[in-house]
Order: sequence, then structure tokens, then C-alpha cells
Amino acid sequence: MLSLCKGEFSVERDDDRCIRCLVCVRQCPSDVHKYDEEEDRIYSDESECVGCQRCATLCPTDAITIRYKPMEMKENANWKTYHLTNIYKQAETGGILLTGMGNDKPYPIYWDHILLNASQVTNPSIDPLREPMELRTYLGRKPDLLDIEDGDELILKTEISPQLKLELPVLFSAMSYGSISLNAVKSLERAATIAGTYYNTGEGGLHKDLHKYGKNTIVQCASGRFGVSPDYLNAGAAVEIKIGQGAKPGIGGHLPGEKVLEEISETRMIVEGTDALSPAPHHDIYSIEDLRQLIFALKETIAYEKPVGVKIAAVHNSAAISSGMARAGADFIALDGVRGGTGAAPLVTRDNVGIPIELALASIDQRLREEGIRNNASLIIAGGIRSSSDIIKAIALGADAVYIGTAALVALGCHLCQKCYTGKCAWGIATQDPYLTKRLNPEIGTRRLVNLLNAWSNEMKELIGGMGINAIESLRGNRLQLRGVGLTDTEYKILGILPAGE
Amino acid sequence: MRRIYVKEDVCIGCRLCEIYCIVQHSKSKNIIKAFRNEPRPLPGVLVEEKGPISFALQCRHCDDAPCVESCITGAMQRLEDGRIICDIERCVGCWTCIMVCPYGAIRRDQNRKVASKCDLCIGEDIPVCVKNCPNEALTYE
Ligand code: SF4
Ligand code: SF4
Ligand code: SF4
Ligand code: SF4
Repeated sequence: MLSLCKGEFSVERDDDRCIRCLVCVRQCPSDVHKYDEEEDRIYSDESECVGCQRCATLCPTDAITIRYKPMEMKENANWKTYHLTNIYKQAETGGILLTGMGNDKPYPIYWDHILLNASQVTNPSIDPLREPMELRTYLGRKPDLLDIEDGDELILKTEISPQLKLELPVLFSAMSYGSISLNAVKSLERAATIAGTYYNTGEGGLHKDLHKYGKNTIVQCASGRFGVSPDYLNAGAAVEIKIGQGAKPGIGGHLPGEKVLEEISETRMIVEGTDALSPAPHHDIYSIEDLRQLIFALKETIAYEKPVGVKIAAVHNSAAISSGMARAGADFIALDGVRGGTGAAPLVTRDNVGIPIELALASIDQRLREEGIRNNASLIIAGGIRSSSDIIKAIALGADAVYIGTAALVALGCHLCQKCYTGKCAWGIATQDPYLTKRLNPEIGTRRLVNLLNAWSNEMKELIGGMGINAIESLRGNRLQLRGVGLTDTEYKILGILPAGE
Repeated sequence: MRRIYVKEDVCIGCRLCEIYCIVQHSKSKNIIKAFRNEPRPLPGVLVEEKGPISFALQCRHCDDAPCVESCITGAMQRLEDGRIICDIERCVGCWTCIMVCPYGAIRRDQNRKVASKCDLCIGEDIPVCVKNCPNEALTYE
């Protein structure tokens, strides 16, 4: 059948610059560039180009420009190229369209409608270069009251639940070994260790080489229960039950058998070459009471020494569910918004299911406060956090910390081509092909991630210092530091912030 | 003496080391000119590749260098800092060094009829292959 879909990119090679070094030929995982010896020329098959920019980045003479060039159809406000090409593809394949990374549709991004406050005249701002600033964050259940015995020395009599100590309110999101390469996992693990935070195994289990670094690891227990064993649960610093993911609320996961190579099969405890299927629901959780059972089964296994949290996708009734989770014994709640990333998801789900994390966060924080149970569980939010200012806004809206996934991968070289599901990631991240995984040197990866976290820490200190605040604790839930621009009354009400000028 | 080492687990076979070596040993040291308009020297580094495995190999600048010992004209010589170079004015292209090098690190420059090998980039603090490897697969220590 003739395919009606054309490539999405054009490959322009400046022949005055090209030296026929063939770096592009060797680097493109889609075999776009081919050298013709007879003519001493490189031909590029643009239809296969996914726009990953690998060739353009490595070309030593800067001879390549990759340009986004979607098919230009007659202008039509209803029938966009997006819809037409999707229909063409489905008419050709009869299948569900897959994609990778987070929702890229122009739904409102509330971070970009929120502005931060700063001190002027009546309250002094603080210069982080001269004065100590505190970004340290503790995640876990906080007591209702502190019982302190007064005397020569103060003695804390309340027993504090297990806490995770973070040097900055940022953790690396769940990304499984399988969806990303071992080199990517190693980069995240080492960077988390150096920066004093945590990475999350995702649902793929914990590779045997990484058990020894457990103190900066959050181990996940998802519906497929891959790699879950008492050893695994005890290897981490905390356990996270994964109910849902922002990129694909309501559906499970699927790692194709071709990717289940020896080490992945060993880590996931499944037969080599078989599909790793995570069911859509946990078949033992159909209610908050069931969730409570699993939370406590896990707490028993780890002897109540570490926090156990629950991750859900932000959906319409997240606030009510969060109330249930906080009462069911979750020490932290991870909330993944509609822009959360993924290694593979049906396009239709990714682009249409879930709600923006900003609205979910505001409503959940509000609900838990109203019910007097906000201290039961810490709130970690995820899904499209792009910068230190997004983090500061999130914390002022009520989050305790944020998970970053996409931003971390971008720091590792990801160019958001959204082809993670093909397993041919040109940057060695979302692939298990040994020829490609080598491209991510975990030493460089670690350095890049640590640099990013350092840069963001410094920026966060500048921002809170500007507000006259010297500890991130004092910003948490401090919505008065936020003002909105260009929002509707309903949005202001849900976000619990005032419009700029008020 | 500092030597170049390769980490084959992160060598991605891009061959940029070879490319920058050629530029460094060219007349103009301008990458486009060196490749398009000038006689092109051979790279002193050679990337070996099989399947997903690849690594870059240069002269090891051996302590007991058989190439220096066997060179019939004294072209292959050790400099004071320990590096071994081939003085192409003296090299007669007999290829004795090539036969005795245990690493296969010397190549025939057919154009000039001389032995060609890594000189650790005379005049550079860090050899250009090390400096330009995009994945830090080469170290100089
Ligand atoms: S990498 Fe650049 S210079 Fe080398 S062959 Fe490709 S386009 Fe030409
Ligand atoms: S490397 Fe990436 S950007 Fe370059 S041609 Fe291949 S697919 Fe396109
Ligand atoms: S430049 Fe580095 S990664 Fe590329 S082939 Fe040479 S040693 Fe390997
Ligand atoms: S050290 Fe210099 S001469 Fe030797 S291989 Fe590297 S670039 Fe070439």
C-alpha cells in the first residue's frame, strides 16, 4: 500500500562544509544518511528522519540542519495535519498509534500564568551569596503534635515517622531499567547520591549492580510487580506503589519482548524475550481499603523503617483519592500531571487523559488542609517541570517536592523527538541496543545531572531570597507569594491565588 | 610519561578522533580545508570496530619500543619527554617498524612513502583526539 505519510523533517546538508567524514552516517540510528562512493556524496532519506538532531550535533563542520517540515495541507482549523497524518497512519496499519514523552498539545501551562513576589522596602530580601539558605526537605508523614519534655535539655517524646531527607526539593522520577538504558539509570543513581536526593527505579526492578546504592533509591511496586522481592523492597530508602502515570492514566505498561534481554529479564524476574505486561489496575486494589492493605503489607516487609508512598496520575477526582491515600497510610503522595512523560503510551491517551498538575496540586493541597490531614503525607508533584521557577511556584502552591523525569533526560542529551517507544534512541537513553547505549557515558551523564541540580539550587535560592525567605520550608503552601495573569475567576479560585494587581 | 587510554565501553565508533587528528596534522589546521583542498595526512589514531564494540588505538609509546630499535635509519626515535615520533625526513619507507609494532599502530603513508603514527600532538597540552572525543572515551594520564 502506498503510504500517504511523508517524513516530518528535512535534512539540509551544506555541501560547502561537508567533508565526507561520515560521522552522520554512523550516528543516525534510522539510517537516514548513506554514502555513495561512486559520487563521493551523501544521500539522505528524509522520510526516516525523526528529528533527534544527533547527526547535526555531532557533525564536526556544522554542515547539517534538520528542519521540522510537516506536510503542509490546505489550511483548515478543524482538520490539522496532526489529524490527517494520524488517520493516514491508522488507515495503513489498523493499529493504535504509539508515542513517547509527555503530552505536547497546547493545553494551558499554568506555571506560565503565575508570577512570583519579591521584597521591596518594607521587608528585606536576602542575598544567598552572603547568608545561609536552606533547601533541605523532609518527605514523610509529619506528626499532628509535637510532645516535647521541657527541662535542661529539650527531649522530643513524639515518635517521628520515617522520613526521606533531600538536600533540595527535587527527585528523579520513576524511569524503569528497560524503558531507559542501564547507563541512564546509573547516571541518575550517581547524580542522586552526589546531590543528596533520590532516583526512582520505576517498575522495572533494581539491577543487581545497583543494590549497593540503595540509600538514594526509591523502589517502585507497580501492577506487574516486576522484580519485587523482600530484598528489593529493603534495598531502597522508600517504597512507592505505582497506581498510575500522568502520560497514560488508566492504562498499564508494555515492554515488548525484544527488549527483555538477559539482564532485564533477570532484574524483572521474568523469562527472557517475553513481553513485560503491567496490568492496567493492581488486581488486588479495587478500593482505598485494598490500597491500605498493600501499604501495610509493604510496611511490614520493611519493618516500618522507611516511608511508603503512592503515585497516581492527576485525574478529575484526585483530591478525593488523595484524601483516601493520606488516610490509608501513604507517607507521601506522588501526583503525575497530564504533561508527564513516558517511554511508550498510546497517543490518544497521552494527548487527552488527565488534568494539569498545577490545578490538581492546588486542589489536593487545599482538600488535605481542609480535612486537617495535610501533615499525614508529603506531596511530590510531577509532569512537565521545566525549570527552577516551576519548582518554586509548585512549592508555593503546596507541593513538598517535585519529581523531574523529562528534564533529567534532557540534561542527559534527550532532544524530545518522542520516539522512545521505538527503542532506537539516538542519545543512548531510551534504548537497549548495545551500539546505542554506549553513547551515554554515565560519568558525563552524572556530571550533567549534578550540574543541572546545582544550577537549579542556586536559582531557587535567588528566588526565595528575593522574597525575603531563607528556607524553602517557609515558602511551602505560601500562595500569597503567587499572583496570576490572564486566568479566569474559576482558575484563580482553584489555584487559590490572586490576580496580579490585587 | 602520560599516555592515551581508551574506555572501550563508551567508545561510540564515531571516528571523530581520527578526523581531528587529521586536521591537527594538516597544513592549515582548518577542518574544511584540510579535508577538501590539501593533501590529507593519515590519522595517527585508528578506530577498530566489530559489531557494537569499538575502540580507538594509537601508538602506545612503549618503554621498550621495538620500532625504535629496529628502525634502519634512526627515523623512529624517542624524544626527551618519552614520546616516540617518526622523522619523515629520514624515513625511507622500509616498513620494518610496521612489522615489529605489536599493536599495529603504525600505518603506511602511501603518498609520502613514510611511516605514519601518533606523535601525541606535539605542542598541545592534551592530544586533540582526547580533547575532541565527544564521549570522553579517551583519557590522557
Ligand atoms: S557529519 Fe557533517 S561533515 Fe561529516 S559527512 Fe556528515 S554532513 Fe558531512
Ligand atoms: S540522526 Fe536523527 S536528526 Fe539526524 S537524520 Fe538521523 S533521525 Fe534525523
Ligand atoms: S572520538 Fe571517542 S568515541 Fe569517537 S571513535 Fe574516537 S574514541 Fe571512540
Ligand atoms: S595524540 Fe595526536 S597524534 Fe596521536 S592519535 Fe591523538 S590526535 Fe593523533
